[in-house]
Amino acid sequence: MARRAGAVSWPGVAVAAALCLLTLGTLGAVLARAEGASLTPADGSAVRFTVLQAAVSALLSVGFAVPVARALARRRFAGRGLLIALMGAPFLLPVIVAVLGLLAVFGRQGVLNGAVQALGLPAVSVYGFHGVVLAHVFFNLPLAVRMILSGWQEIPAERFRLAAALGLGPGAVLRHLEWPMLRAVLPGALVAVFLICLTSFAVALTLGGGPRATTVELAIYQALRFEFDLGKAALLAALQFALCAGTVLAAGWLVLPGAFGGGMDRPVQRWDTDGPLARLMDAGVIAAAAVFLLVPPGMVVARGLPGLSDLPAGLWAAAVRSVLVALVATALCLVAALALGVAIVRGRWSRTLEAAGMLPLAASSLVLGTGLFLILHPVIAPYRLALPVTALVNAALALPFALRLLLPALRGIEAAHGRLADALGLTGLARLRWLVVPRLRPVLGFAAGVVAALSMGDLGVIALFADQGAATLPLLVQRLMGAYRMEAAAAAALVLVGLSFGLFWLLDQGGRRAAS
Amino acid sequence: MLRLEGVELRQGTFCLTADWALSPGDRAAVIGPSGSGKSTLLMGIAGFLMPARGRLTWQGQDMAPLPPGDRPVSILFQDHNLFPHLTLAQNLGLGLSPRLRLTPAESARIDAALDRVGLSGLGARKPGALSGGQQSRAALARTLLRARPILLLDEPFSALGPALKSDMLGLVTELSDETGALVVMVTHDPADARRFADRTILVSGGVAAQPVPTETLFRLPPQALRDYLGP
Amino acid sequence: MRSSMFAAGFCAVATMAAADTPVLTVLTYDSFVSEWGPGPAVEKAFEADCACDLRFTTAGDGAALLARVQLEGAGSDTDVVLGLDTNLTAAAAATGLFAPHGMTGANTLPVPFADPLFLPFDWGWFAFVYDRTRLATPPASFEALAASDLTIIIQDPRSSTPGLGLLMWVEAAYGARAPEIWAALADNIVTVTPGWSEAYGLFLDGEADMVLSYTTSPAYHLIAEGDDTKAAAPFAEGHYLQVEVAGKLAATDQPALADRFLAFIGTDAFQSLIPTTNWMYPAVTPAAGLPGGFDTLIIPATSLLLSADDAAKLRPGALDAWRAALAR
Repeated sequence: MARRAGAVSWPGVAVAAALCLLTLGTLGAVLARAEGASLTPADGSAVRFTVLQAAVSALLSVGFAVPVARALARRRFAGRGLLIALMGAPFLLPVIVAVLGLLAVFGRQGVLNGAVQALGLPAVSVYGFHGVVLAHVFFNLPLAVRMILSGWQEIPAERFRLAAALGLGPGAVLRHLEWPMLRAVLPGALVAVFLICLTSFAVALTLGGGPRATTVELAIYQALRFEFDLGKAALLAALQFALCAGTVLAAGWLVLPGAFGGGMDRPVQRWDTDGPLARLMDAGVIAAAAVFLLVPPGMVVARGLPGLSDLPAGLWAAAVRSVLVALVATALCLVAALALGVAIVRGRWSRTLEAAGMLPLAASSLVLGTGLFLILHPVIAPYRLALPVTALVNAALALPFALRLLLPALRGIEAAHGRLADALGLTGLARLRWLVVPRLRPVLGFAAGVVAALSMGDLGVIALFADQGAATLPLLVQRLMGAYRMEAAAAAALVLVGLSFGLFWLLDQGGRRAAS
Repeated sequence: MLRLEGVELRQGTFCLTADWALSPGDRAAVIGPSGSGKSTLLMGIAGFLMPARGRLTWQGQDMAPLPPGDRPVSILFQDHNLFPHLTLAQNLGLGLSPRLRLTPAESARIDAALDRVGLSGLGARKPGALSGGQQSRAALARTLLRARPILLLDEPFSALGPALKSDMLGLVTELSDETGALVVMVTHDPADARRFADRTILVSGGVAAQPVPTETLFRLPPQALRDYLGP
Repeated sequence: MRSSMFAAGFCAVATMAAADTPVLTVLTYDSFVSEWGPGPAVEKAFEADCACDLRFTTAGDGAALLARVQLEGAGSDTDVVLGLDTNLTAAAAATGLFAPHGMTGANTLPVPFADPLFLPFDWGWFAFVYDRTRLATPPASFEALAASDLTIIIQDPRSSTPGLGLLMWVEAAYGARAPEIWAALADNIVTVTPGWSEAYGLFLDGEADMVLSYTTSPAYHLIAEGDDTKAAAPFAEGHYLQVEVAGKLAATDQPALADRFLAFIGTDAFQSLIPTTNWMYPAVTPAAGLPGGFDTLIIPATSLLLSADDAAKLRPGALDAWRAALAR
């Protein structure tokens, strides 16, 4: 092709290099300290369990997401936008908090078993393989719904109009309009959820029910914590990279659609969906999804309320620290994602750069933290860097999500305005300032909200670096639980959730307001 | 002199060749069936598409090393000629300084350019608040500020009604007379070509033909043009 | 309040202190330094007359401590490690990073305990804790528990010290029969959590009838919450001990201060803090005795404790048996 080749975009290349260093470099640092390594049969079964639960979780998440997205795409009702926003909540909920919310619904003393036993049926146990899958579906259904919903809304309204003019029924609409879209969107959604579940840790830890439910990341944790077998941890982390890379290769390429971009609250006018049965079915699907996704967070709120009157003294200091870390992580992450995104959309080596942007998704955060510790320790006392390192790692771990949000919008901006900007010689920072950032504001705000919420809730590497002064809110929740103070822990968890969503809301709204 | 020496432009399997020259002050129309490569020709001159073969020169200088923004070219596309999030004054300002660091003198030039195209006092508006005709005028005003010796028009007025379009062509004619710019305009309307252009380039069958005087071309149309014009 | 002030000016203070006074760095587990743990009071009491700055660095729990010490290696800034338990001391000793403490003071542990490298600072008996209002007659042994349809939550021996303690408990009580006991217990186990706090939280939420904890756990509910419904079930086999210890790193740059701190551990000032902050038994019973409420706790007739070497030797096999029994 003789299309003018883009120049190399050095800031983007620098970000990609930093990501490689942070993921593969830390792995190397751990490996360098290892004294031989070997895997046991137990590690083999951990790999099998990991792949199996991730596959089932991905299939179910995406399988349930299709009818939910379809119903949401073709119905308009009061509060639709708010409902869609709220249904994103589980994805942003800190894992330890969310697991407690799930147990309040599905646990032995949970709402579900209360109802089951009232009917005289035997209690159901949530622990085991199905518990892990349940939790993963809970976390990832919102993501899958968002991805598929955006696919539905990207079908131009004119096509539905054309279909109506031709008198096509629901079956024909499905075959000619919706199925081609699904075929394009579903593989990306499946791969995304699969990868997220592949590196799952805390869920399997609590709901797995025992050594059967050992994931690779959990095996890494055990290797690092109890056996102090750095070689084994590094080997398992490399295996995890290989699994992720293999998945991506097997799926062709990681063509994730624009996950949760703007315009979600815009229902498409449809003409093929007005039967009473279709209405009833859609209403049922939306209601079921809302109950499944909203009741557990609701239980987190209910559990936290009693303790709010007597919050532990260190809570607000920890909250301030968490918010600061989240804001720094958000700024870092967005600058990096923007640099990388611009390089991918405009410059050379775009596939390599895109792959680098996905690396943190495959990294073991435990190995990453350990590697950083090994690298930093000879130079400076790690506790001095607890908060900066936490912000850096949170930024890196959230980057794949931010990048996936920004890329479609960046491509759209290039498609619509890139030539004009080229013709005017608008390059570098000027292009960013006068074209990219102003056009990107709503997506940037949303991405900032997602990154901030993920950073608020993520324990990341703080546990490895923190000292007595530097506790963040999730660490405080854990410390409270470790000191028998379960009610205070629930209240602190509620504050954590409140702050996460508050940050998300502020940043998202800020982006939208700045754009208008 | 804009010279295309054995230029071959490729897009996928499509290939367009051109081998001719135009002089400063010329007004040339590019006409031909849809899909024949009219826009491809302009993209080549503007630098969005690099020739697979041949040389593109302006006043004897090879343009190959120049990115689009550095070429002696202003271009107006079919749409998206203004950034919707910037005011008219900012949009025009980008024609003077990509960083939008404007001196008072430059701001005065922007106001003057707006006056010249009949948009006095609208500098603070955003494009969305303007009619289609006004948007076209604003885009033209920016080409005045850029003051490049070549102006490429890729059917920027095709969405306007006949009267408005005629106005715009009149304005382009006036402006190019004032600046002495070479204007190359893609159109699918023979009437536009006859009214506006002294020369016309017929694009068909993968060849952008030698520019010929417009009247001559339409008096004795070659087969390809007859096919395009219809009975 | 103190801790938040500390946090606010923490960097500045740390730097200033470093310039003026010697710093003793003590690596300990998270819950020790929380505002409800012994940490703040210990720091205050020790700093009162040491003319030094005592600073705590933390890792998640006992196991994380050992991993941290190994990660830091000989270049460690740490002077004293506080919070390893006897199931970890063999591995800790094998690193060669610890120096003898040289202390000769007596302790009041229920079994004889002396280790040249590690000094006990508190201890407790592992036990299954239950709610008296929900369970009238608790099982009196592992076998009775396994035969019942009671549900229990335990911790993973690969990630938590209580989990490892339970592994050693079954090993010490049953020896070769341990795999059989685990197989019988498998259907009682609701879930296996990564650490103590998750397990205890799930138990308090009613997710199981009993949870692996300590005989001292009911004291927390009684003393701090005025709630006497929690109790520990006495087991006929005896109860395994967790002995928590402190040790001095050989590479310390403050050997005198480190020795002073180790000596401080044996004093009333330190020991009297332990019962109601760490909710364990003090290694040396304070002159004033134990706080009220501790007298209500069960006192096991038999205390079990494997030597550090035996615990280290038995661990791999016991872990395999545990995994095999529960993986079915």
